Amino acid sequence: MKSVMGGNALRIRGIAIICVAGLLAACGSSTSSNDSGTNTASAPGITATTITIGSTQPLTGRAAPGYSEISASSNAYFQYVNAHGGIFGRQITYTYYDDTYNPTMTASLTRKLILEDKVFALFSALGTPTHLAVVDYINSQKVPDLFVSSGCNCWNDVSNHPYTFGWQPDYTIEGKILGQYINQNLGGKKVGYFYQNDEFGLDGVKGLDAQLGASSVPDASRQNYVPTNTNVGPQIAALQASGAQVVVSFSIPAFTALALLGAAKVGYHPIWVVSNVGSDVTTLTGLLKSFSKGAAGVQLLGGMVTDAYLPLTGDTSNKWISLFKGIHDTYVSTLPWDGNVLYGMAQAYTLVQAIKAAGRNPTRASFVKALESTKLSGGPGLAPFGFSSSSHLGYLGVQVATIAADGTQSTAGPVYTSSDSGPISQYSGSASSPPANGIP
Amino acid sequence: MVAVRSRADRLVASTLRRHLLIALGAAVVLLLLSAQIGAYDDYNLTAVAIFAVAAAGLTLLTGLNGQLSLGHGALMAIGAYTTSLLLKDHRQLPVIVVLLISVVSAGVIGIAFGYAAARLRGPYLAGATLTLAVALPQVATRYKSIFGGESGLTVPPSAPPDWLGADFPPERWLAWIAVAAAVVTMLLLANLLRSAPGRAFKAVRDNEAAAALAGIDVARTQVLAFVISAACAGLAGALFAYWSGITSPAGFSLSLSLQLITAIVIGGLGSLAGAVWGSIVLVFVPLLTSGLASSVHLPSAVADNLPLAIYGGILVIAMLVAPHGIQGALRRILAIGRARREHTPGGGQKGVVDWDDPAPGT
Repeated sequence: MKSVMGGNALRIRGIAIICVAGLLAACGSSTSSNDSGTNTASAPGITATTITIGSTQPLTGRAAPGYSEISASSNAYFQYVNAHGGIFGRQITYTYYDDTYNPTMTASLTRKLILEDKVFALFSALGTPTHLAVVDYINSQKVPDLFVSSGCNCWNDVSNHPYTFGWQPDYTIEGKILGQYINQNLGGKKVGYFYQNDEFGLDGVKGLDAQLGASSVPDASRQNYVPTNTNVGPQIAALQASGAQVVVSFSIPAFTALALLGAAKVGYHPIWVVSNVGSDVTTLTGLLKSFSKGAAGVQLLGGMVTDAYLPLTGDTSNKWISLFKGIHDTYVSTLPWDGNVLYGMAQAYTLVQAIKAAGRNPTRASFVKALESTKLSGGPGLAPFGFSSSSHLGYLGVQVATIAADGTQSTAGPVYTSSDSGPISQYSGSASSPPANGIP
Repeated sequence: MVAVRSRADRLVASTLRRHLLIALGAAVVLLLLSAQIGAYDDYNLTAVAIFAVAAAGLTLLTGLNGQLSLGHGALMAIGAYTTSLLLKDHRQLPVIVVLLISVVSAGVIGIAFGYAAARLRGPYLAGATLTLAVALPQVATRYKSIFGGESGLTVPPSAPPDWLGADFPPERWLAWIAVAAAVVTMLLLANLLRSAPGRAFKAVRDNEAAAALAGIDVARTQVLAFVISAACAGLAGALFAYWSGITSPAGFSLSLSLQLITAIVIGGLGSLAGAVWGSIVLVFVPLLTSGLASSVHLPSAVADNLPLAIYGGILVIAMLVAPHGIQGALRRILAIGRARREHTPGGGQKGVVDWDDPAPGT
C-alpha cells in the first residue's frame, strides 16, 4: 500500500517538475531581452521566485531569554510579506541557526549558511562577541551582512567591513544620551556602572564617560560581569559599598535580572538605568519570577530608567504597533508581545525596505550600493538611519523612557540623536506612519 | 605472482615502511577527496582531522597509558591561544612555524602538568585535569588585554599560496593543512606505539608494579605520555584556531574535553583508528541531527534540544551494541569473516583480541 502511494506521489512529483520546467522555459524564451520586469537568479541565494537569507541566533543558552524571539518574529513578518505576494514576486526564505551565543559555533554555522545554504545575505545575526568572530570572514566572502543585532560600533567600519551594516543605535550613542539624562535629572547623585565585560559594555561606558566625566565615577563603582559567570553578588556588594545611588547597567536581560535580584537581596535600592537591550519588561518579569522562584517580579522594575528607539509596545494608539501586533497575533501568537518581537518585526521591515530599494535583480555588490545611496525612511524607528557610503550606522538616536511599578513604560523628553564623537542634538523630525498594507 | 607477493611482503615487513605506505595512501585518498567535495564539506573534513589529532593524543594517554584526562580541551586552548597571539603580531608567519610553536608551548605546559599528573591516580587525576579545563578559560577572561576576554582573539585565515590559483577555496587549503598534520601525527604515534616507549606505556597501564619490576620508570613514562598527548592537543588547538577564525574561552569549554573523551570511547579506546572514527562521529552526527530536527516542525523548545537528545541516544546505543567502540566492532566483524572463510568454527572469537592493543577490561 505504502509503496503504491509512494509511486503515485513520485509520478505526480515528476509531472509537476516537468510542468514547472516547461513553464520556466516558456518564461525564459518569451522575454529573452534583459528587461527589468523579469526575475533572474541574479546572485547566490536569489532565484526567480525566492530570496534566501540566513542568521545565527542564541535560541538556547544564557542569551536566549528574550532574544530567541527575535528571529521567529522577523520570520513572521516575512511570512506576512510572502502571503501578500512577496517582494518583486519573490518569496523570502529565512534560515536561522542556534549558535548558543558561543563564538566558535557562530563561526561554523556562518560558514554553513554561506557555503552550504548559499544565502544571499546574513541578516540580524545576534551578539557582539559572536558576530565579531565572523565579520572578517563574511566580508572576505563579499556577502551582505545586514543589520547586526548588536549596538557595538564595530559594525560601522566601512573601509574594513564594507558589507556589514548596523541597525540599532550603537551603545556609545545610547550611553551618551543616558548620561545626559542623568546629568539633567539625577544630578548630584553618585553614579556606578554595571556592564558586560566586552565591546557591548565597554562601548556603553565610553558614551557614559563622555557625558558624566570619566573621573566622576571611581574604579570601585565600575563593576563588570562575564556572561559565563552567573554569580554577580560580589559586584553588587562592591557597588553598594561604593555608595552608588544610580547604577547604569549595560547588561543582557538575564544579567539585569540577576543584578536586580542580587541588590534586592542585600537591601540595596539604587535608581537603575538600564540600556535598551537589557530592559525589556516582559522578558525581565519572566526572568525575575523564574530566578526567584516566584518571590520577586515586576515590582523590582519600578522606577527604572531606560531608552527606546522604537515605539513602546504598550502604545496601542501607534499605527506601527497595531500593524506589528496584528502580525504577531496571526503568525507567532505563542510568543509574548514584547520588545523583542517588535525588534524582530521592525528589523524585518527594514530588510524589506532595503530589498525593494535594491531593485528587481540585485547582485550582492549592487545591494550594498543601493543601501548606501538610498535614503531609507526610519520606518517604525523614532530616529533616522545613518546609512551612507561613509557610515554604516543604523538608528542614530534614542528617547529616554521610564518604567512604573506595574511595568508600564512611558517616554520622557524628546528624541535625541548623536554620533560616537559628535554632540547630542534634539531630533525634530516627526514619526512616520506605516503604508496601508504594512509592506514598504 | 609469487615474486610479486614476496616483494609486497617485504615492502610491508618493516613497521615503519608499512606505516609510511598507509599514511601515504591515506594522504592521497584524502587529497583526492578534498578536491571532489564542496567548500563546506572541506570545512567539515578539516574539523574531522583536527579532532582526530586531539583524540589520537588523548587515546595515547587514556587508552594506552591509563591516565584519564578531562582537561584536553584546555590543552587545545593553549595551542589555539599561542597561534592567535603569534598571528596577532606577525600575520605573515608561515603556518608550519605557527603550528610547531603551538605544539611546543602545549608540550611545555604538558611537562609541568604531567609531573603533577604522574603523582595522581584515578578520580584524583580526573579531578586535577578537570581543574585545568575549568580554570584555564577563566585566565583568558581575567587578563582581557592579552587574551581578549570573552570575545577572544580573531585569527586571520591562512591564504592559499599563489601557485594554486586565485580561485582556490581557502577551506580546501586549510583541509590540506589539517589532513597533513593529522597524517603526520598518526604516523609518528603509530611508530611510537610499536617501539619501546609504546610498550612501556601499555606495561604501565596494565600493572604499574609489574612495569616497575621490569625496569620501567613508571613516573617518567607517565610524564612522557602526558607531554606527547599535550603536544597533540596543542597542534589540534592551533589548527582549530585557523579553522574557526576565533579563539575564545567559550570554544574551549569543559564540554570540548568531554567530547574528546566521547570520541575515543565511541571510536574504540586505545586504537588510533578508533580516534579517527570517533572524530567522524563527533563532527557529522550533530550535523545530521540538527538537520533532522529542523526538518520536522516542532515547538522550538523541543527542536532546539532535539539534536543533543538524539546525539545522546546514539551514544547510549553505540555503547550497548559496540562496547569496544567502532574499531572494536570492525575488528570483530573482520575476525568473524576470517573464521568463516577458514572454516574454523569458534575461531572468530580469537580474532576479537588485538595482541598489541587488548581492549581494557579484557
